[in-house]
Amino acid sequence: MIDQNVMEATLAHALRNGGDFAEVFVEDRRSSNGRFDDGRIEELVSGRDRGAGLRVVRGDTTGFAHTADLTPEGLRLAADAAAGAARGSGGTVEVAPLGASREHGLAANVVVPETVEKSRKVELLARADASARAAGSAITSVTASYADARRKILVANSDGVYATDDVVRTRIAVQCVATGDTGMQTGHEAPGRTMGFELFDEFQPEAVGERAAQRALTLLDSVPAPSGRFPVVLKRGAGGVLFHEACGHGLEADHILKDASVFKDQVGQRVASPFVTLVDDGAYGREWGTLGIDDEGHPAQRNVLIENGMLTEYMWDVVRARKAQRAPSGNGRRESYRHLPMPRMTNTFLLEGESDPDDIIRSVDFGIYCVQLGGGQVDPATGDFVFGVTEGYLIEKGEITRPIRAAQLIGNGPDVLRMVDAVGNDFETWTGMCGKQGQSVPVSSGQPTVLVREMTVGGTAA
Amino acid sequence: MSDDLLDVAQRIAADAKPGEQLEAYVVRSRETDIEVFGGEVESLTTASTAGLGVRVIVDHRQGLAWAGSLDADVIAETVREARDNAQFGEPDEFYGLASPADANGSRPPELDLWRAELEQVSTEEKVKLALELERATNAADSRIRNVESASYGDSLSEAALANSLGIAAHTRRTTCSASAVALADDGSGTQTGYGFEAGRTLADIDFEKIPRDAALRACRLLGAKPIPSRRVRVILDPLVTRSVLGVLSSAFNGESMLKGRSLFTGRAGELVGAPHVQLLDDPTDPRALGASEFDGDGVPTRRNPLIVDGVLQGFLHNVYTGRRSGAGTTASAIRGLGSTPGVGVRALRLEPGPKSPAEIMRDAGDALYVQSVSGLHSGTNPISGDFSVGAEGLLVQNGELGAPVREVTIASTLQRMLLDIADIGNDLTFLPGTVAGMTLCIGEMTMSGA
Repeated sequence: MIDQNVMEATLAHALRNGGDFAEVFVEDRRSSNGRFDDGRIEELVSGRDRGAGLRVVRGDTTGFAHTADLTPEGLRLAADAAAGAARGSGGTVEVAPLGASREHGLAANVVVPETVEKSRKVELLARADASARAAGSAITSVTASYADARRKILVANSDGVYATDDVVRTRIAVQCVATGDTGMQTGHEAPGRTMGFELFDEFQPEAVGERAAQRALTLLDSVPAPSGRFPVVLKRGAGGVLFHEACGHGLEADHILKDASVFKDQVGQRVASPFVTLVDDGAYGREWGTLGIDDEGHPAQRNVLIENGMLTEYMWDVVRARKAQRAPSGNGRRESYRHLPMPRMTNTFLLEGESDPDDIIRSVDFGIYCVQLGGGQVDPATGDFVFGVTEGYLIEKGEITRPIRAAQLIGNGPDVLRMVDAVGNDFETWTGMCGKQGQSVPVSSGQPTVLVREMTVGGTAA
Repeated sequence: MSDDLLDVAQRIAADAKPGEQLEAYVVRSRETDIEVFGGEVESLTTASTAGLGVRVIVDHRQGLAWAGSLDADVIAETVREARDNAQFGEPDEFYGLASPADANGSRPPELDLWRAELEQVSTEEKVKLALELERATNAADSRIRNVESASYGDSLSEAALANSLGIAAHTRRTTCSASAVALADDGSGTQTGYGFEAGRTLADIDFEKIPRDAALRACRLLGAKPIPSRRVRVILDPLVTRSVLGVLSSAFNGESMLKGRSLFTGRAGELVGAPHVQLLDDPTDPRALGASEFDGDGVPTRRNPLIVDGVLQGFLHNVYTGRRSGAGTTASAIRGLGSTPGVGVRALRLEPGPKSPAEIMRDAGDALYVQSVSGLHSGTNPISGDFSVGAEGLLVQNGELGAPVREVTIASTLQRMLLDIADIGNDLTFLPGTVAGMTLCIGEMTMSGA
């Protein structure tokens, strides 16, 4: 995207009045999305966003500026602004010669979105819509949407890192409304992968539409969720977001270094039941959170966070790793060139155990079975978290019985990790967007079927 | 900043081909963001951004494209892409850009949203304010062990919208805000509390109130624990009321209504709230931070009553939904660069009631005072009305704030909650975003706890 010698000159310019570290992050992102609503294509949008973010670190202070002007002059002005903003007291470093470029290209077989005719994207949505409407006459509204993005990045820094990546992500989402005697209910399904148009070999639009519709239809027959403390079984895939919220955020090094995480100073200690092994793996397959390099130029890697209940590691970006005098872990991510990177999750998985999922359900006399979760929220400083159940059922005497209407589950991270009483031998992943300090990045989470001994279920039934 | 942004938009719109409607929405802003930690500036961001969204309607087909730059080559490519996208749209007789007639005689309100003095404040002064904010938060109470974050941010932004039917709208505003998050610990475990203030310029920000609020909210939760499940009267903090009304706001969306996705579809003229409830969206009120002279179609904004004496008045519309429903636009188009105009509120609020927060608590007797909620987006559903969120706060006993509570949920439905509004406080508080808050008492909700 930009010549190596321009990058070197920009870095040298950024550090000409001192500083400990400088970085140029260049991004060129093309995206397209479409929405099919009310039985017809309603919106087709193309987007283009390109620019550079420059930062200069002096002592504890990071100066940051960004620009959409990618000429050498534009980069110099942004470097001046970043250097001017970095007013900490720090040393002086020379820019290391930029190393051989670390290039990550598109994965093999990626069908690049620019090469796919727009009419095919529209047709895909029509198929998802038709399939959802055919699922039942009670389906009264269907919205199907498609989104793809191709993101090319280039990172160069004063430590000599020079790396590029080229990543395509594609996602389809269907939202249905079913109307019955109890009012309106909604169902949602939205698979996405770090893939191009070949995503639809794996996820047929008809199946996605049908799944969303069935969810809404099932809820028409639902009973209000109970309220109180009960055992909770999370179906494979569904509960990954629980671990993302319950402990993932608390293991991000920025919270640790600010003494704002319940997991501070706990490495080497037992923080979870022995059934819990948690990894964050940005290099795994072609999941929604998969990367070639992170947004600071470091290769994505597999990090074991909790092993058999013992805390082993936190997640690090460059700035926090420099502070702790260690290597970053490939978790430095940012929403776009307009944002500063920070430690973020990628694909966060609870690894498989040995229990038969059916046995786990049979072991519960009365509890909740969660099939789909709708996202959650945590305060890392206290560990308190919530997440919403968008498809759930009662378990009565070891059997899955009636569907329950949307309920919120609430718990405390360290408490819940200790109450993981069984982990199944199955596994599935889940696609989501993770928000932190106003920045949204694609992540996946995954887990086997899990039994949590007890959680508070916030329903309306007595 | 000069007024030439409107020129940029008008030049793009003037390129419309015969038989084509062309609209350009152009934005530009300058921002400063300062984060401090441990007595040092942790990060200082300065940025100028610009972007455009182009909408093309031809043969009743609509296409959109956007870009994060105003370079001439990028503008040309964006217009091309919007035209190309329009070919794949399906025709809809109601598609069409706003024309001056959509103003329906109303003139844009005169709002003073730009404070030139903010431009004159030096970065050094802003840094000093942020560092002092952190220091004051640490010092506000001996039980504060740490300040997780203290920050200051401001922006100078302008937007222009022009189309080939003669709409030319320009608006600009300044905003600034500051916040602090305190961590308190007295040996019983950590609790967090935040304070924040926002306004159009520095003088609007009470830098002494932020540390006080952050410390109070963190410290009064120390020792909090779950309490047994029961049905309970609930008193919502103004910030929580703001969040609840924010979820409810999509029920007034004319697009949702037309598509059968509003819980109020078909209920205009019916009693949907307690008889003392008055709800309105008034972007012409300069006190609201979401106030604006124009909406996202370029139509002058107006005051829209939504619930009067508990009775649903109707829905909010943009030009498209206004034509399709026959109701006409209410100048409620909301847009970002990357999408066609949606419908939404800009300055939603309840009319304040007669009682102070203290009087509401005294009259409630026993209740749960909810200081903050979590999981608002995962636990509430504006289509079905289901509402279940995590809550923390304080018990109200004999009309006074008492023991702290955490790790409980409160649940009901949005429909039920509107009817169950027992008291609306007199403490109307304008807040960042599009909704204002005040203390609100809901007669009964289900609380799940220990």
